[in-house]
Amino acid sequence: MRTLRRIGLYVALGLAALTFIYPFLWMASSTFKPREEFGSLALIPDHFTLDNYRTMWARAPFGRALLNSTLVATTITLSVLVFGSMTAYAMARLRFRGRPALNAATLGVLLVPGQLTLIPLYTLIVQLGLIDTYPALILPYLFNATAILMMRQFFLQIPQSLIDAARMDGMSELRILFTIFWPLSKPVLSIVAIFTFMGSWNEVLWPLLVVRDEQLMTLPQLLTVFALGGGAGSVGVSLASAMVLVVPVVIAYMFLQRNFIESMAGAGIKG
Amino acid sequence: MAAPYAVFLLAFAAYPIVFALVLVFLRWDLVTAPSIAGFDNIRLLANDGRFWRAVANTFVFLSIHVPLQIVTALGLALALNRKLVLRGFWRAAFFLPVVISGAVVAILWSNLYATDVGLINKLLVRIGLSPVSWLTDPNTAMPAIAVMVTWKNVGFYVIIYLAGLQYIPRSCQEAIEIEGASAWQRFRFLTLPSLLPQTILVITLSTINGFQLFIEPYVMTGGGPLRRTYSVVLYLYNNAFAYQKMGYAATIGVALALIIGAVVLIQRRVIGRAEAL
Repeated sequence: MRTLRRIGLYVALGLAALTFIYPFLWMASSTFKPREEFGSLALIPDHFTLDNYRTMWARAPFGRALLNSTLVATTITLSVLVFGSMTAYAMARLRFRGRPALNAATLGVLLVPGQLTLIPLYTLIVQLGLIDTYPALILPYLFNATAILMMRQFFLQIPQSLIDAARMDGMSELRILFTIFWPLSKPVLSIVAIFTFMGSWNEVLWPLLVVRDEQLMTLPQLLTVFALGGGAGSVGVSLASAMVLVVPVVIAYMFLQRNFIESMAGAGIKG
Repeated sequence: MAAPYAVFLLAFAAYPIVFALVLVFLRWDLVTAPSIAGFDNIRLLANDGRFWRAVANTFVFLSIHVPLQIVTALGLALALNRKLVLRGFWRAAFFLPVVISGAVVAILWSNLYATDVGLINKLLVRIGLSPVSWLTDPNTAMPAIAVMVTWKNVGFYVIIYLAGLQYIPRSCQEAIEIEGASAWQRFRFLTLPSLLPQTILVITLSTINGFQLFIEPYVMTGGGPLRRTYSVVLYLYNNAFAYQKMGYAATIGVALALIIGAVVLIQRRVIGRAEAL
């Protein structure tokens, strides 16, 4: 009875897991099938082909989009880590006028839904003449309130004696932050890095508003425009273009699974 | 050291919030100078069938998505909360769609849902059922999207429930087992009440998430059929981007923020009252 129930549990789990993994496998295999074979349930194509990838690559600048996405996500992540940790350090460890106000404002920002500020931000970008530029994609994301609060919380737990000793040695506050706090804060920094990078990598609404030039589009944006505009022409080509976005994420996910789960769940709960 | 952040908050948080409220009273196409609209935007919104259609659609979405999300997440979390071989693998499998871009999931699922060649209909036909035109039938389109979004996010909520399950004291579990409670009674009178904070969190987050629905209808249906999958954010986006009505788009944004706030508050009240009974 007990073993029977155990087997039942694993069968149920296996079926559940299959519904989460199979669609991605089916997507991957469809991209290697010629048009006539599309829609068959088999995962192994009868006639293996790379035509979908060739067509996709030739019809829209996916290489460029990969570059754009990487550039934008990396810049934002670095800024959120470097400038965000400087802010968090100041808010946790330095005394200055306006600190309580800054704390309150940071908490307040978390309560405002993004849709409220979307249009004013868009008109701001238009008025600054930044439509179709990298800064339009990057500027509104340079800081992240959730990240600052998480880092501040972590920095509050680091013993004051470390700071005092470093100050006695004549270290500047920036050096204290980057040579003493950073090495101690690896867990929170990696969490912030992953959720910031993923957030930027997957974002599609903002790019759709501020970028119209194909050469500057991010991957999820170009993918959407390509699929909707009929540029793909066939499902295989459309799914092949989705693979450009998915493959790097899945590879990173396989290696850093635990960090991914921790950081995306953590960010969602606090955000 | 915090000065750049203070400047950032002023430019990209405080200013947009204030300007959103100003835009409500303006008419602006971004080309000519803005003009005063008075209460026109608000009056238009109050009588705009398309806007309220989108709000109603969101409630249809939520009425399927939220309960389904709770049941699936709780079920998977309970299954994972045992000694299992490959526990990490199962967790990772359920979490996989969470890390994939919503745009990719929408493109993938529009093909899974496709009427003639879609994977789901192929499976239905294989087991002897007739195919369903998931995304082109006005009655099934929104439910189909709700199921897809539940699938995409469930791994995230499983993690929340798994964390909650760690906090149920061993002593309580042992006590209720000694009392001779059945599996169902243990679930109903210990596990479920203990997980109330997590359930509230799941309800709140999935509700907010539902009101922010955009890329799914944008990619899969364009808001159709018969506007039955039109979402509030899609309408906001079209007003700004396609119709160049900044004042009206901002008004929709403000209204959406107020609706989200009101719905979340009401949910908490109702749950709080139910808990007190």
